[in-house]
Amino acid sequence: MMEPTAYLLLSGILFGIGVAGVVARKNALIILMSVEIMLNAVNVAFIAVGSHLGDPTGSIFAFMVMTVAAAEAAVGLAILIAIYRLKETIDITELSVLKW
Amino acid sequence: MVTGILDYIWLVPALPLLGVLLNGAIALFCERPLLLAEAAHGDEGHGHGDAHGGHHAPAPYRKLVAFIGPAVVGAAFVVSVLAVLALAARPAHDRFFVQVLFPWIQAGGFSAPAALQLDPLSSVMILVVTGVGFLIHVYSAGYMSHEKAFARYFVYLNLFTFAMLTLVLGSNYLVMFVGWEGVGLCSYLLIGYWYEKKSASDAGKKAFIVNRIGDFGFMLGVFLIFWTFGTVNYTEVFAKVPLLSANGVLTTEIATAITLLLFVGAIGKSAQIPLYVWLPDAMEGPTPVSALIHAATMVTAGVYMVARSSSLFLLSPVSMGVVATVGAATAIFSATIGITQNDIKRVLAYSTVSQLGYMFLACGVGAFTAGIFHLMTHAFFKALLFLGSGSVIHALSGEQDMRKMGSLKKHLPITFTTMFIATLAIAGIPGLSGFFSKDEILWKAFSSEHGHIALWAVAALAAGITAFYMFRLVFLTFFGESRMEPEVEKHVHESPYSMTVPLMLLAVLSVVGGWIGIPEVLKGHNYFEEWLAPVFAQGAAGGHGAAGAHGAAHHPVALELGLMAGSVAVALCGIGLAYYLYRVRTNKPKEIAEAVPGLYDVVLNKYYVDEIYDFLFVRRIVNGSIVLWQAFDAAFIDGIVNGIAAAVRGAGDGVRRLQTGVVGNYAFSLLLGAVLLVGYILTR
Repeated sequence: MMEPTAYLLLSGILFGIGVAGVVARKNALIILMSVEIMLNAVNVAFIAVGSHLGDPTGSIFAFMVMTVAAAEAAVGLAILIAIYRLKETIDITELSVLKW
Repeated sequence: MVTGILDYIWLVPALPLLGVLLNGAIALFCERPLLLAEAAHGDEGHGHGDAHGGHHAPAPYRKLVAFIGPAVVGAAFVVSVLAVLALAARPAHDRFFVQVLFPWIQAGGFSAPAALQLDPLSSVMILVVTGVGFLIHVYSAGYMSHEKAFARYFVYLNLFTFAMLTLVLGSNYLVMFVGWEGVGLCSYLLIGYWYEKKSASDAGKKAFIVNRIGDFGFMLGVFLIFWTFGTVNYTEVFAKVPLLSANGVLTTEIATAITLLLFVGAIGKSAQIPLYVWLPDAMEGPTPVSALIHAATMVTAGVYMVARSSSLFLLSPVSMGVVATVGAATAIFSATIGITQNDIKRVLAYSTVSQLGYMFLACGVGAFTAGIFHLMTHAFFKALLFLGSGSVIHALSGEQDMRKMGSLKKHLPITFTTMFIATLAIAGIPGLSGFFSKDEILWKAFSSEHGHIALWAVAALAAGITAFYMFRLVFLTFFGESRMEPEVEKHVHESPYSMTVPLMLLAVLSVVGGWIGIPEVLKGHNYFEEWLAPVFAQGAAGGHGAAGAHGAAHHPVALELGLMAGSVAVALCGIGLAYYLYRVRTNKPKEIAEAVPGLYDVVLNKYYVDEIYDFLFVRRIVNGSIVLWQAFDAAFIDGIVNGIAAAVRGAGDGVRRLQTGVVGNYAFSLLLGAVLLVGYILTR
């Protein structure tokens, strides 16, 4: 059985990049992409640990996450298109009517 | 033990209470919807005069009310008579009966049951209350027949009768207090019967508030009795008096404090100086109410209470002196006001205050029997005078000003005759009831060990003034030429039988009512004194032999007869003066008034007592209340409440800024939360 350290390190770096993208970027499309990166970072960690423990559950979960991510991307993109049609922007700092 | 009718003594207050419930149901479920519907249509916009509303299609419930109201009181009267007869059948020392209805307040060794006590004193009171009350209820059915709120009136009147009977029948001070407050409430309700009239609702409030001042004293007195005796039941309190005086618990000082506090209550309820001011204003109520509550019964509650507590009062010479002095002062003070008043009911109101002063004078000199005797005879003739004046007012379509009356003798023969009899009675003409009771008081004021010649002189002078203003009233109202408004004169009519029959019965009582107390010196026999002797004997036994006729023993018979002749002469002088001023030289009163304008104005304006009270107390309290309202309530209390609300709102205002609406901020706080959570789990 292989050691998962390097994979987990990769997973952590990817997750960090995703988080930084979600928090720092203003473009909603980039934020969605960053979320995808975070989800796939988690997939890496699932598969690495599953392989390390010889347990298929990790791989099964990765498939599960990929399905959800696909659905999420579809819904997210649809919403973005709808917002863009309405506001002609997808800059989240300008989409702040839901406040106070 | 079989006591027969006495076991049913509870019916006496219960029957009027039944009337309250029945009439109350009618008032709520029949009359009120009718009145509300009428008010909604607004089709009858006439004002309210004394008994003179418009004519309505008679609703069927009114007949029922007019039957129930008097009938329950009449039935209570029948029960009272039977019960008193049963009591009288017993030997003198055994004329005492207590019926415990239910245990009421029990705490440790203290117990105040709801119990009724029938003894000679309360039997006199229930006979007066139910007897005179019945006649006035009958009279009311006629007098109030034009009123819209007919059932409401009888609810109040029956409730009053119930409360008054509770007051006089209660066997302890707490039950008495319940009745005491009940009659005060009914007095307020009935004075303010025409509550749409501002002066009437003001008068009601005034009566209630002034009475509360007295009630406060009464309550403190009862608390002090409880503190001293550990009980408030009459029999136990009075039985403990000799023991507690002997072992020093009940000192003269404590007795003085108790009795003076009780007397403050009596002052309020019975309209004595300085709390008499509410009674003249109480004339805003319907006239039968003035007759029943503000002449015959409620205002005598104070006299009853003082007489009931006679063994306490006799312990304190100071209190006795205060009672006698206040009584005599009130008697003469209000009599002088009575001279100048032009409103027929106000003259009678001041006369009532004055006569109540006589009763307290009697109590204050230890002649409790004479006080109760005068209470009874006064109930007869003053109720008659008020009902007679009501009949006059009724005939004159609500006119109360005697300057606009005159020559009514031929129009209202029955009213005139009966009122004239009552006037003779109150003036103290020999042979009529007022003579015997008033003369008894005058004699005791002179001869009793608590008495004083000054008290006698003041009372005799007041008797002369009483004769004067009462005959002034009669001359102005019934004699001379008519000064009526032509419009009014056309409608003058004698009252219906439901009103005149009570007048006639009361006239008979005003004549014969005194014959049960003819003094020995006139070769009579004072049955009344003999009847009440067991109640007041206790105080007399304690070395204060003023309750009985013992005082007379020290004075020659000739002196008593001489004083009697003197007081009659004073009364005749008063009558003669009234005759001279109001029949012979009718412009003379005006000249006199103009000769001493200052004095006349002062008396006409009732010595400005209302204005002085207004300046000294009412204005102060109102101003103080304004300060409390604005500085304490509006600024302080509301400040706390509003401050808390403002703080919460300010905090919310600050915190809501966190909701920026920018997704990035939420994402960041989400991240922060996740980091903190993970950090917490890892470092735990």
